[in-house]
Amino acid sequence: MIKVRRLVKTFGPKPVLRGLDFQVTRGEFVALLGPNGAGKTTFLRILATLSRPKMGEVIVAGHHLPAEAAAVRRRLGVVSHQPLLYGDLSAEQNLRFYSWMYGVGDLERRIDEVLHLVGLNPRRRDLVRQFSRGMQQRLAIGRAILHRPDILLFDEPHTGLDQEAAAMLDQVLREIATAGRTVVMTSHDISRAADLADRVDILSKGVITASESTEDLDPIQLTELYRSVTRV
Amino acid sequence: MERTPKALIVLTWLTSAVFVVALYLVLIWAPQEAIMGDVQRVFYFHVAAGWVGALAFLVTAIAGGIYLARGEQRWDRIAVASVEIGIIFTFINIVTGSIWARPIWNTWWTWDPRLVTATIMLLIYIAYIMLRQGIEDPDRRARFGAVYGIVGFISVPLTFLSIRIFRTIHPIVVGSSDPTAAGAFNMTADMRVAFFFSLFTFTLIYITLLWHRLRLQQLMEKIEERKLTALSS
Amino acid sequence: MPPTTDVVNQKPESKAGGSLRAYLRSIAAIVWKDLAAEFRSRELIGAMLVFAALVILIFNFALELDIRTREAVTSGVLWVTFAFAGTLGLNRSMAIEKDRGCLDGLLLAPVDRTAIYFGKAIGNLFFMLIVEAIILPMYSVLYNVNLFQPGLIFVILLGSIGYTAVGTLLASMAVQARTRDMLLPILLFPVLIPLLLAAVKASNGFLMGFEMAEIMPWINLMIAYDVIFIAVAFMVFDFVVEE
Repeated sequence: MIKVRRLVKTFGPKPVLRGLDFQVTRGEFVALLGPNGAGKTTFLRILATLSRPKMGEVIVAGHHLPAEAAAVRRRLGVVSHQPLLYGDLSAEQNLRFYSWMYGVGDLERRIDEVLHLVGLNPRRRDLVRQFSRGMQQRLAIGRAILHRPDILLFDEPHTGLDQEAAAMLDQVLREIATAGRTVVMTSHDISRAADLADRVDILSKGVITASESTEDLDPIQLTELYRSVTRV
Repeated sequence: MERTPKALIVLTWLTSAVFVVALYLVLIWAPQEAIMGDVQRVFYFHVAAGWVGALAFLVTAIAGGIYLARGEQRWDRIAVASVEIGIIFTFINIVTGSIWARPIWNTWWTWDPRLVTATIMLLIYIAYIMLRQGIEDPDRRARFGAVYGIVGFISVPLTFLSIRIFRTIHPIVVGSSDPTAAGAFNMTADMRVAFFFSLFTFTLIYITLLWHRLRLQQLMEKIEERKLTALSS
Repeated sequence: MPPTTDVVNQKPESKAGGSLRAYLRSIAAIVWKDLAAEFRSRELIGAMLVFAALVILIFNFALELDIRTREAVTSGVLWVTFAFAGTLGLNRSMAIEKDRGCLDGLLLAPVDRTAIYFGKAIGNLFFMLIVEAIILPMYSVLYNVNLFQPGLIFVILLGSIGYTAVGTLLASMAVQARTRDMLLPILLFPVLIPLLLAAVKASNGFLMGFEMAEIMPWINLMIAYDVIFIAVAFMVFDFVVEE
């Protein structure tokens, strides 16, 4: 579903991704771990068509990036640590706006569906500005799946959430991930990543340094692995 | 440490020599203008500086366009280097114009179309530098610079046109001459030689400076790279 | 959590309608979104209006607007007011997109980037026109001049189109810079000078009852300015928002 070969990205003279290789098959849930500055967000932004690769090959859903970005965008749902929502619009209006942008057919029914799924139907007419961080993040997920994408990219979706909101988010994530979608999620949280994902990849200094199935490893082993491959 | 390329050294000396000749032509060789006297001699370098300013900003706009099309860093380097030189020469153009205007128009400053256009042009490219300084990411800085370099350059003729619709007192020496404009004069053959030689000299100065500036930029980038490799290893 | 009908076997959304329809629909969506948000908060137009009223009042004292001088400077005062109030609106309109990462949200949508430009520019034009529609009667009442002449309104429309065309492009850059609010007027005003000058002169021509032959060059200049800069913005906007 996603295939990346020798991806290089620099900011000016500073290399961020140095020949990264990465692969995800259909329906897989992969968590990307790594210290700050390892290039996780940069990598996800490239997959999300928001940033152009400098060198290397990036194929998402059979389309080359950045040349066929428009075709890829239709099939992508993106949740970043920012909610990408308008504070002065209600939950419903935000979804309606994005439905128009994506050309979602049968839009009122789809908005209802999504609001129920993320558990925000009772607050649908409230301004997003008044939502808690957890609610904003759930609505952000609703926004991301509105156009029924089959590939989901999550960039540290748990940032700034308390325990309860994070648990609720996990529930929503599991629910949408089981429906046969391909998911790539970056995270800081090793045990959460091990819990949610089928596979954990560790990104360090711009390359993938380890890739392990979560079935083979328990969180403690994973933490040790993480320490060993990211140690400076 | 890398050596300065031989061609650049030769060019620098050549430019210096040509500049000395230009000084001689302008200050001594060219005949004194009958009515205005020696102050008219400002005219040669005044126009030449204005020409280099306009040329430099044109180069910036074109290099910006090529950068946007190809994304190659060197076109952005040319664009910035050219803006910096253009700002200096436009400033020289305005100051020399002021020196000339004091005895001839009896004022340092007047709201004449060329004067105002030159000043607005100067402001546009100072804004260009400020825009670049406000952006950290080098690629974005280059893209925004290119966009603003193009937008700014296109606005300059429109600005000139809009101010031109007012009446002007600026003499038009080259091309059609309006004898009623204060300070207008006809160039003699000798004056013309000094004039075109000044244009040639200043264009040469522009090319030399641009080359030096590009080399400086490359060296600075190399230092940046070495710092990064030294830090990461 | 209630049961869901959300299954992935449903095909990903296919293109709804032709691509031109999709293009126009996204422009309309962005304009609707900006207007709906403003209708809720009324922050932008409110701030622009208060600011504009203050500028006019300050001019009143600074220029001693008695009846004779007033006639000569009315168009200048109006355009300076519009231009200053406009930068408030432009800054705010782009800051909304930047602050919650919404610009990324727009860029993720499968629409051409220029649709985002036109959507934002048309929204900004609406705000500008709303403010102008309130300032004009206010000025008319305060200074007892009749500003409701078709010619003047046409000039204001042409001027506002050019202003928002360039302003939206430059504000999208300024908002991504470190010095954002400070930067916009510095970038914008030197580029706007031909447009503002023509607008002041043309407005003055209509207010003083000049002949059309004297006004036409200014009108033509404004039309040329609008066409040129809409075309330039259309060509370069991609580079302003893409990474």
